[in-house]
Amino acid sequence: MILAGLILAEAAAIYENKNATQSQSYGPEARGGASKSEVIISDEDIDYPKATNIDLLLALTQESCSKYAVDLKENGILIIDADHVKQLPKGNYRVFSLPILTAAQDKVGKLIVANIVALGALVEISKVVTSESIEAAVLSRVPRGTEELNRKALTIGIEIARAAL
Amino acid sequence: MEPKKNALFVQGNHACFLGAVRAGCQFFAGYPITPSTEIAELCASEFPKMGGRFIQMEDEIAAMGAVIGASLTGLKSMTATSGPGFSLKQENIGFAIMAEVPCVIVDVQRGGPSTGLPTQSSQSDVLQARWGTHGDHEIIALAPSTIPEIYTATIRCFNLAERYRTPVILLLDEIVGHMREVLVEPPADSIEIWNRTRPTCSPAEYLPYRHTESGIPEMADFGSGYRYHVTGLCHDETGFPTNDPKKIDRHVRRLISKIGRHRDEIIEYSTRAIEDADVVLVSYGSSARSAKRALDDARAAGLKVGLFKPMTIWPFPEEALRLLANRVRNFIVCETNMGQMKLEVERIVGGKAAVHLVNTLNGEPITPQSIVDRIREVM
Amino acid sequence: MFNYNEYLRNEKLPHIWCPGCGDGTVLKAIIRAIHNLQIRKDDLVMVSGIGCSSRTPGYVDFNTLHTTHGRALAFATGVKHAKPGLKVLVVSGDGDATAIGGNHFIHAARRNIDITMILYNNYIYGMTGGQASPTTPTGSFASTAPYGNIDPNFDICALAQAAGASFVARGTAYHAPQLDRLIEKAILNRGFSLVEVMLQCPIAYGRRNRFKTANDMLKWQKEHAVSVDAAAKMTAEELEGKFLTGVLFQKERPEFTAQYEHMIERLNPHSEE
Repeated sequence: MILAGLILAEAAAIYENKNATQSQSYGPEARGGASKSEVIISDEDIDYPKATNIDLLLALTQESCSKYAVDLKENGILIIDADHVKQLPKGNYRVFSLPILTAAQDKVGKLIVANIVALGALVEISKVVTSESIEAAVLSRVPRGTEELNRKALTIGIEIARAAL
Repeated sequence: MEPKKNALFVQGNHACFLGAVRAGCQFFAGYPITPSTEIAELCASEFPKMGGRFIQMEDEIAAMGAVIGASLTGLKSMTATSGPGFSLKQENIGFAIMAEVPCVIVDVQRGGPSTGLPTQSSQSDVLQARWGTHGDHEIIALAPSTIPEIYTATIRCFNLAERYRTPVILLLDEIVGHMREVLVEPPADSIEIWNRTRPTCSPAEYLPYRHTESGIPEMADFGSGYRYHVTGLCHDETGFPTNDPKKIDRHVRRLISKIGRHRDEIIEYSTRAIEDADVVLVSYGSSARSAKRALDDARAAGLKVGLFKPMTIWPFPEEALRLLANRVRNFIVCETNMGQMKLEVERIVGGKAAVHLVNTLNGEPITPQSIVDRIREVM
Repeated sequence: MFNYNEYLRNEKLPHIWCPGCGDGTVLKAIIRAIHNLQIRKDDLVMVSGIGCSSRTPGYVDFNTLHTTHGRALAFATGVKHAKPGLKVLVVSGDGDATAIGGNHFIHAARRNIDITMILYNNYIYGMTGGQASPTTPTGSFASTAPYGNIDPNFDICALAQAAGASFVARGTAYHAPQLDRLIEKAILNRGFSLVEVMLQCPIAYGRRNRFKTANDMLKWQKEHAVSVDAAAKMTAEELEGKFLTGVLFQKERPEFTAQYEHMIERLNPHSEE
């Protein structure tokens, strides 16, 4: 997921004329348990690098959803994995419960690309960057030889988001 | 989709590595320590491809020693560490000061004391950078706030180290070291690179610690035919230990004044909206990002706030701040420590203005809102 | 008569060592070995730490580096890695090398970096006035072991060999001519080489331990040193209380800077260097 955050920020910063920062949680929790990748995208200078008053939270586990939803703003977008997040946080959010991990496993054929599936869904729902930018950013970051797999993951992500919109 | 030209989306630690390469660094010795390790890893993977040399030493102390040894052969050399390792390196940083060996030490600060907060940020090595090693000395330390600033500050650290024959400290913190931002590497010809002055006299005439007009002696590479002695003991112009009180006094004074008398060239700082400011924020490193945001928010609310941001924190831009203190009644130092730079600001302001502190000690950055709140309080 | 002047910084003499000290004997052996091997003075870097032995570089006309306590090998590693063409000699003492510098010692040996270390073992901290070191024999007296040293001591050669040094030798100040050969062999070995020299400190060690003169201590060296060859024909009882001299261990192993060069070549197959 940390990579997904990095790719999203890169799509905005390198492929669109926006400012972006990305930071992430380090330490023991990044090696299991809830880890976090924070992305800020803006047309203005980004000074304070931590995400507060969040517009969009993507959470694939119950733990990360419960832990980080507190910073989500009123009417913010909450994208969760339909199978892994059952308890919704209290608050007024636009919730998208999507079968992200299942789609990665069944439709793309590799669970490891769940982050890219999620990224496709995130971009389709938020329109924070264009689908062209995100594709270019994904392809520039993934290992050589996995381009088709990741392109497919991105498309599947966009599709499952569209179905929910 | 056309990517932005020459743009890289990189961590601060990566920008530091790229700056070092651009500055001509060819030697890195280090020891793994969070949150600086990415710098060592990049050097390990890239230096051998470029003919540079990397070595992972057995401990932090050894890494600092190896860096000094390499620099004596003529290679631009660096190491990177964090608080606990920085403590261990102080012994040999003192040696580099005494023996006048150029080198760059990157300290990506984390919370302390002791093992503290390995993966979270802090700016609590500000005074360690200044006074960590024993004995009277001057030190140069830079504290950039953004990824492009880290790149240019790293180059500048090497330039200053080479020109003044002294160790230079790049004081990053976990936030700027680990966050990613766009870096557009400037064209090579737009960047000035300084190299140490090597002797032009014959080896017989060479005085390795000569009292030159600039205060900085010429430096010969080991193995280049100028055989000389390097020691951490007090020494005279020949480089050999001396007990002569006059020579010792002259030597130590030169070590200190060679920095002091070139302050104008060494010191860099920037200001924002200070012309009509009633309150001036003083901040550096990652905290300056919060301060800048707070300033913009406060200005939007009609509050007359300015920002004084030293890039060179040691020596501190003393004269500029003192001038400002003739007019400004309130300074707010924003830093993630108990007020280490605040002490320096208080000393400089000398009672002419009130000096306040907004800080955090828990590994988290200062929120812009907490600064704005403080601005309202003091106004 | 061998002429040492070519190698000495005569204006720095007289040296600071006490009368009867063994350090000068080693200094001369080092000079003779370097002369015999015809090493250019410009190509030689001598590095030391802190202590009596570590004052050696000040008296010799090479590139000389007198560093911090225990750290000579760390600095020397930087010198050698940065410019592998240089010959790097480290002079150190028992306290400098195996107490405060113990970590650097085992790791330099482990890397098998091409550095020759001459370790002056006088069983005491001489410069600071006679404190116990890791080689002060158990039961001996020192200013910090006034009731007899209760610490066991290091066998430095065994330590170096176990850590990976590719050449390990021991000599004494008494057997000075043998020392030349040992140092020459150590310098010729491509890798980490250790020559431990047992030598006398009559002032800080001898006086506290019933040695009346430096000569008594030299005599002790003569009586307790057994060459490797002689030892091969002796029983364990006969060797009790003795120490071995000569080349104790030598084995070819990949050397650090050479390995790094190979890596550079591997990564830059088309470079013309």
